[in-house]
Amino acid sequence: MDLNFTQEEIEFRDEVRGWLAKNLPRDLARKVRSESHLTKDDMLRWQLILHEKGWLTYSWPAEFGGTGWGPVKQFIFEEEMAYACAPRLLPFGLRMLGPVLMKFGTKEQQDYYLPRMCDGTHWWCQGYSEPGAGSDLASLKTAAVREGDHYIVNGQKTWTTLGQHADWIFCLVRTSTEGKPQEGISFLLIDMKSPGIEVRPIQTIDGGREVNEVWFSDVKVPVENLVGEENKGWTYAKYLLTHERTNIAGVGKSNQELARLKELASSQKRNGKALAEDPHFAARMARVEIDLMNMEITNLRVLAQAEAGGAPGPESSMLKILGTEIEQELTDLTRRALGRSAQALVPEADDPGFNGPYVAPEGFQNASGVYFNHRKTTIYGGSTEIQKNIINKMIVGL
Amino acid sequence: MEFIHTDTRRMLADTIDRYLRDKYPLTARVEAGNGEPGFQPAQYEALAELGVIAALFPEDQGGFGGEGFDIAVVFEEMGKRLVNEPVMDNALVPGPILAAAGLSDAVENIIAGTARYALAAEEPQALYDLTDVETRAEANGDGWVLTGAKSVVKYAPGCDGFIVSARTDKGMSLFLVAPHQVRLRDYATFDGGRASELSLEGAEGQLLGQEGTGAEMLQEAADRAVLALSAEALGIMQTIREMTIEYLRTRKQFGVVIGKFQALQHRMAEMLLEIEQARSAVINAANAMALAGPERARIIAAAKYSIGRIGRLVAEESIQMHGGIAMTWEYDLGHFAKRLVMIDHEWGDQDFHLARFIEQGRAA
Repeated sequence: MDLNFTQEEIEFRDEVRGWLAKNLPRDLARKVRSESHLTKDDMLRWQLILHEKGWLTYSWPAEFGGTGWGPVKQFIFEEEMAYACAPRLLPFGLRMLGPVLMKFGTKEQQDYYLPRMCDGTHWWCQGYSEPGAGSDLASLKTAAVREGDHYIVNGQKTWTTLGQHADWIFCLVRTSTEGKPQEGISFLLIDMKSPGIEVRPIQTIDGGREVNEVWFSDVKVPVENLVGEENKGWTYAKYLLTHERTNIAGVGKSNQELARLKELASSQKRNGKALAEDPHFAARMARVEIDLMNMEITNLRVLAQAEAGGAPGPESSMLKILGTEIEQELTDLTRRALGRSAQALVPEADDPGFNGPYVAPEGFQNASGVYFNHRKTTIYGGSTEIQKNIINKMIVGL
Repeated sequence: MEFIHTDTRRMLADTIDRYLRDKYPLTARVEAGNGEPGFQPAQYEALAELGVIAALFPEDQGGFGGEGFDIAVVFEEMGKRLVNEPVMDNALVPGPILAAAGLSDAVENIIAGTARYALAAEEPQALYDLTDVETRAEANGDGWVLTGAKSVVKYAPGCDGFIVSARTDKGMSLFLVAPHQVRLRDYATFDGGRASELSLEGAEGQLLGQEGTGAEMLQEAADRAVLALSAEALGIMQTIREMTIEYLRTRKQFGVVIGKFQALQHRMAEMLLEIEQARSAVINAANAMALAGPERARIIAAAKYSIGRIGRLVAEESIQMHGGIAMTWEYDLGHFAKRLVMIDHEWGDQDFHLARFIEQGRAA
């Protein structure tokens, strides 16, 4: 038993930390810390800084231009990014489509798409969910019918995160209605500039506009945009999910949030006494902190397994459930620590030139928005209930 | 980073597991737990012979272990088989106190399984607070005279001596008191076992260590006890886990095995996930024994809080998923569930340790 990183890993962590301190733009870190809205330019700016350093593809194998880091180094890198309040890297290209192309794509597809998702040429989004296919993803209906050298795509995708910025979308589409629903699905790459595509924003509960509907009417997609074999898309999607589930626990982010909450609870006063001294509030903070401490060890256990080459087991589902519940609890406590000021709806408070009143303490202008936005975490990426089904299937086996 | 035990510890775990599997039937354990002296002396000696006690002590005290992970391995294995022998109460807890006071012969005998000592620290009014001590010690020539009462001293009858906490003018100190100097009134415990109310009416005592250092010595003992209990609880949870999985796979209602019902599947998934968190808490606590100060205290408190919370969940959920059968004395599960819940009543419950965690966080 050894809970510590090796000397080499510690040196690596220090290197990453030092580099981030010098190269992460202050304005971006400030925005991330206060959970305010990041523009497309913000995200691309950070992506290109990392790309220049060669760390954007930190999860890719060296043969595809990645760093070739193992799970532990990837984890350390992600944690340091979270602690430094670096903008999160969108997973759609780098963590989802990238690995699928490396495993199942043609040489031409790899050579064309992989460099472009790094240098900012292609902003990718994900076309999975449909209005009638949420947790039951395999029931998706968006159809792709082969006509000569093209597929003709008709249907609707939804919950497409940041689709309004996207140049390309990777989609699961139905190419057959024979057999089990899983057996007629294909994996298709679609240019968002194709005629017949319409992106309609969905305003979310917090007033934000990060997700969209994407409508397809007779969209022509060249057959060379098919990844792998026709009707094998479900296999690729499942492969992709295993990549999505690494570092699903979000330990670094939650530790960062907890530190912020503690600071807030120490400065917020009631009757001249810090909220952190209130026994009820202190107990709730302590409970979530302990859950997080335990999860940190659980996460390291899974990581050590992965480093040794083990396949992901039910633990990744456990970490998804735990990580999202802890995150949600932290957003709830933060909202409550703000008292009446959490009622103010001033989403533009962090924008330059804002001259309205600052109601809540600095950096907490949108705490209720953050709280409501985080309700999504136990729904997306396989809801808590789906994760429980998976855990049960893998352990009890019924 | 490595989450696999050393070869030596894995061998130790295997040895204990094999012995208990073959030689420690639950029926005898339950029967002994409800009689006197509340355990099976022959089993206790056999465990000592196997090296179970020696594994809990460092080499310079005559053992071959004594680190956090040694304690965790031993008690997790014993928990799996619901071992009810006074390894914690009569060896792990008193041993290091006697060693620190220079009584190496006593420690040798403890490791050999030929002597047992008990710590009498908690008082009826204290509600887990080891510093809430009303027992007094007055100097009397070369020795001391103690007056007071101690509550729920486990496995006291037959002990070779009692370590008693008492106040002097210089604060709290620990004293060794001979068995004939105390009055014991013993009774069965809910989880199977035996405990005593202990009273001291002018009992002669021998000061252990420096006067006024009792609180530190007790805290050291408490940390070891908390780790042992947490690991024992983890072992119990694993057995409950296996029993419940088996039950979900075989028990039929409405014509199907009940594990097919999603209401139960989700309860089970929650329990499985929490048991992994309990395992992490124990690993963290075992590791923290090598640390010091508030950092160590916080992690140990976090573990006992977690075990208290998760232990209750596992006990309640497993009974619920089993249904009526789990309510019977005859079915094994109930005995595991009772011990699991009673562990929360030893060395501070989840509320006590949550408060301690908060307090130590402020000290850090």
